[in-house]
Amino acid sequence: MAVVDPFETRADAAAREDRSWLERIPAAYWVVGLVLLIMPAIAGDFVLFQIFGWTFILGLIALGLMFLGGYGGMVSLAQMSIAGMGGYMVAIFGVSAIDTISLGWPWYIAVPISLIIAMIFGTLTGWLAVRTEGIYTIMITLAIAAAFFYFTRQNYVIFNGFSGFNGVLPPMLFGVDWRGPAAFYYLTLFWAALGYFVVLYISRAPFGLALQGVRDNPRRMSALGFNVTAHRVAAYTFASLLAAIGGILLTWQSAQISPGTAAIGAAIDILVIAVIGGLRHPVGPFIGALIYVILKTYAIDALVAMGLSGERFQLLVGVTFLIIVFWSPDGILGLWDKFRESRNRDPLTGRGGEGP
Amino acid sequence: MTTVLEERGSISERLGATGTANALELTGVSKLFGALAALSDINLVVRPSERRAVLGSNGAGKTTLFNCVTGDFPASTGTIRFFGEDITQFPPHERIRRGLRRTYQISLLFTGLSVLDNIYLASTGVSRSRFSFLRPRRDDALMASAENLVRVVHLEDVQHAEVSTLSYGQQRQLEIAMALAGAPRFILFDEPAAGLSPTERTELIEILLGLPQHMGFIIIEHDMDVALRVSESVTMMHNGRIFKEGSPAEIEDDPEVQALYLGGDDG
Repeated sequence: MAVVDPFETRADAAAREDRSWLERIPAAYWVVGLVLLIMPAIAGDFVLFQIFGWTFILGLIALGLMFLGGYGGMVSLAQMSIAGMGGYMVAIFGVSAIDTISLGWPWYIAVPISLIIAMIFGTLTGWLAVRTEGIYTIMITLAIAAAFFYFTRQNYVIFNGFSGFNGVLPPMLFGVDWRGPAAFYYLTLFWAALGYFVVLYISRAPFGLALQGVRDNPRRMSALGFNVTAHRVAAYTFASLLAAIGGILLTWQSAQISPGTAAIGAAIDILVIAVIGGLRHPVGPFIGALIYVILKTYAIDALVAMGLSGERFQLLVGVTFLIIVFWSPDGILGLWDKFRESRNRDPLTGRGGEGP
Repeated sequence: MTTVLEERGSISERLGATGTANALELTGVSKLFGALAALSDINLVVRPSERRAVLGSNGAGKTTLFNCVTGDFPASTGTIRFFGEDITQFPPHERIRRGLRRTYQISLLFTGLSVLDNIYLASTGVSRSRFSFLRPRRDDALMASAENLVRVVHLEDVQHAEVSTLSYGQQRQLEIAMALAGAPRFILFDEPAAGLSPTERTELIEILLGLPQHMGFIIIEHDMDVALRVSESVTMMHNGRIFKEGSPAEIEDDPEVQALYLGGDDG
């Protein structure tokens, strides 16, 4: 398994060193970036707020899992719980309709506190989880996710139990209603894009390189002077930051947070999103999230149109997941690679070519 | 663990601080795997700039000795001192940060990374930038030292190539470069010549002889040509015990050693 992301190696970078950074941005980034920026001019409010807003949020939370899983080799099911913690904290410290519990502090205090508490929660989760490997990491993080869900549902003093918090709104900053479809679209796009580029950047920085080294060969890494445990825990902390930002945006989008937001099903959905998108590159979680959100939103209509009962929409989600994983265990990114490879294949020898 | 990471000074500073302490001092070290004693009662002293070969048949406990010194496996009994400091209870990364290095018999490289990135990674392990979220700048000191090490092990032609595309011999050279990263004080080489062609062996000997004089090492090597040319003292191991110590000439001429290890081979 390659340690670097498949889209860029240092050799590539060295070969393109002479060109300015503007010229070095691949064409695909210009196209996708432009389309995303002018989206509010073409798409309707529902698509902006519900489809893209939700995609960017879930993609951001799954991006943390991609960072942990793809670069660190650690699969955590607690990402959604950490996102939930971020959402709960912004409701508790900030403003909500439950004014008996919410402290009503301004957003510039409530949001940083929420991020910090969620990161502490995520770091503790990581600190427990890094003692285990493989399936046991999944089990221990699943246990933490389950504990968080039941705790929030049964605790009324802090988490307001079953009903949670409603009326949690983003601040009216610069006189903009950030829950307006176009504003919320840009808000989530900004954080998703920032998360994407930061993860891409870190993957080639010492911390990211070392994390990939820890994934491939922990024994060698400690023989190079790396504290493998500390490195893994730090990766959890960073993934928690991504989850916490996503969690706060998710709470603002639905204006509420309740135990169901971070239920076991939701925790597994994050894993599904990361896997169907692909864990090898930070774009994977966003592709996965878009597929997931479209399925979740339109599966009922599709089934009704086929003359089936709309209640079975989960079946369509599950079958799509199975098909993608069956054809490509690397998710959509793996399919894309296979397609590129087959296009470059020499028709006579059947071997992969070097060409574009 | 009561270890506090010290600021890493220059080599001479650290040598000064530790006085005339031996580079490595093993007292009564044993390693048990269940009932099997892979090492029993090893007493070994190596001076800071000494170059020592460890010989012995397969299963004599040579690699286990390395694993106990680096902490890959902790020793069952005994104490290990590194430049005077008791490192017996330290985790591997703490020992490495004190200037100990090793290479592995089977190359443990990051095959998806370039040659330069592998060495860069090795240099960051013992520096404070190992947690850095920032990419190295072009004038980065660690990157410059990595580029220097590429030349030391004669890999400058392939420095940007992915490690998986390297020949076996080149991978062994890279393994040595990674052990040299980050100002080592003492190195353990585990069969660096295994699987190399005669030409590559000559090159390996050149690299080993070209190391700075103050840098001591222990080398496990089956190839007597390589082992005896690069070392000034030899330790023979047999069945997990130290069997004989002496100069290369003494060991070569020793009838017991010849019967046990060299056999009919003209070495």
